[in-house]
Amino acid sequence: MEYSVNRKVAIVGIGETRYYKRGAAPVSEFRLACEAILKAADDAGIDVREIDGFASYSNDRNDPTRLAAALGCHEISYSNMFWGGGGGGCAGAVGNAAAALVAGYSKYVVAYRSLAQGQFGRFGQARPAATVDAPMAYNAPYGLFTPAQYIALRTRRFMDEHGVSQEPMAAIALASYAHAQSNPHAIMYNRPLSREDYDNSRWIAEPFHLFDCCQENDGAAAVILTTADRARDMKHRPAYIMGAAQGSDTGFSLVSPTGEHYGSANFRKLAPRLFGSAGIAPKDVDVAQVYENFTGGTMMSIVDHGFCDADEVESFCTFENLSAPNGKFPLNTSGGNLADCYMHGFELITESVRQVRGTSTAQVPGAEIAFVAGGPVTAPVSSLILCA
Amino acid sequence: MTTSTGPQRYLPPGLPAPALSEHSMDAAFWEGTKHHRLMVQTCADCGMAQWPPEEICSGCHSFERTWKEASGAGKVFAWTRIWHPVHPALRDHGPYIVLVVELDDYAVRIVGNLLGDPGQDVESGMPVRVAFEDDPGGNFALVQWVRSVPVTGQSS
Repeated sequence: MEYSVNRKVAIVGIGETRYYKRGAAPVSEFRLACEAILKAADDAGIDVREIDGFASYSNDRNDPTRLAAALGCHEISYSNMFWGGGGGGCAGAVGNAAAALVAGYSKYVVAYRSLAQGQFGRFGQARPAATVDAPMAYNAPYGLFTPAQYIALRTRRFMDEHGVSQEPMAAIALASYAHAQSNPHAIMYNRPLSREDYDNSRWIAEPFHLFDCCQENDGAAAVILTTADRARDMKHRPAYIMGAAQGSDTGFSLVSPTGEHYGSANFRKLAPRLFGSAGIAPKDVDVAQVYENFTGGTMMSIVDHGFCDADEVESFCTFENLSAPNGKFPLNTSGGNLADCYMHGFELITESVRQVRGTSTAQVPGAEIAFVAGGPVTAPVSSLILCA
Repeated sequence: MTTSTGPQRYLPPGLPAPALSEHSMDAAFWEGTKHHRLMVQTCADCGMAQWPPEEICSGCHSFERTWKEASGAGKVFAWTRIWHPVHPALRDHGPYIVLVVELDDYAVRIVGNLLGDPGQDVESGMPVRVAFEDDPGGNFALVQWVRSVPVTGQSS
């Protein structure tokens, strides 16, 4: 017996609310979650009450019992939270939903994320406190608080180990913004980014300029999964789950200076399992959405997953190579966390489904295999491969 | 061999002060800093060093933990110069340098600031040594770092 989700499950519906700047959502975070799930059910062509499984990540505040009651779902047969904070679990929530379907627990599982940072705490600011204990006691007194700063340290290590310049990070930012210019749903639509804008933008934490950093946004996104036999007769072309993997290298923690593979995005042990379960190699991927909390994390994630060697990252991550439709590695084709919306990576999942359906605003012609990496440099992390 | 920064503080007052961890697992570390000694948690059975401190040795699974004094010499493993203030105490302060330092005599890495000009050039592999910054209340000292080799030919 083969233990794999490969083509046994598909994403059959996607839903997104309008995306807002941080604090600009006119409705509650819970209502955003309801709206995204209703849209996903409509896209799938099912009654939202048929959803019987719920999967999310990053301690999403909108729990399945409240959602199922509010939406009138007939029952809950599966509820699951992916451990860890940030966007590390965006692909993992989909992977967990797929696992529930392969196990026969549920019929329709929704994976979702709703986020209104304006109504709760922000990820990019320290929470004032008189004292902090471990592990923050070893960092905060030195002014080391936020993901941008931790990932800057690890990116600098990667750059020093492999002799890498700022160029790959600039190319990632510019490609994301260029793709958002064809996506009217993106926050940065009609706000192009030039190389001069990038170079002249202020430092946040070296080597990150402002435009190396993700936005902070309000919104919600959801996808509905079901088994392949149901998916075949539904409204849209199914986006099959080809491979899904989650995990962490030993001892890896965003905030810890110790652990193996410090100058990495924490996918080195996950990647062979992911591609092995999908039965493909990195070169077989047609289009990629690689989470950018910060462009340095994206760069290391691309290397960890084996799309190129660390020593080749300068020639691989060029603006031309990363741009749809003609680049060899079209990246973040809706604009991603930098320019579409920081939906904690769930905007990457919905965009991958559009690429497989052939409906992206920056469509890669004939794309059949779409890759998604969740938030890098967190723990645990997760990745996903979809196919037509 | 260790250095004190005297009354000078690298960052403005108002940042969170360190508190003891759950079950005071790191009490020996913070107590050591008060006396300007850099203490590293090691395993009483197999000798393996661990940082951050943990209740069990990940090498041999012994729960017998002990502490050894490190020389305070190390090398820059990673660095960043931080410009954007994310804490009210850092508003209008300007850039500062955070290091991850790998100790020469124990296989662990520790975070601290690089004292001196915040605009100075830094590189991975650069030798540094510890300098203790005393808490004005006398409850602990921060583990800071200075270059082992003085700056020559500063580029900017």
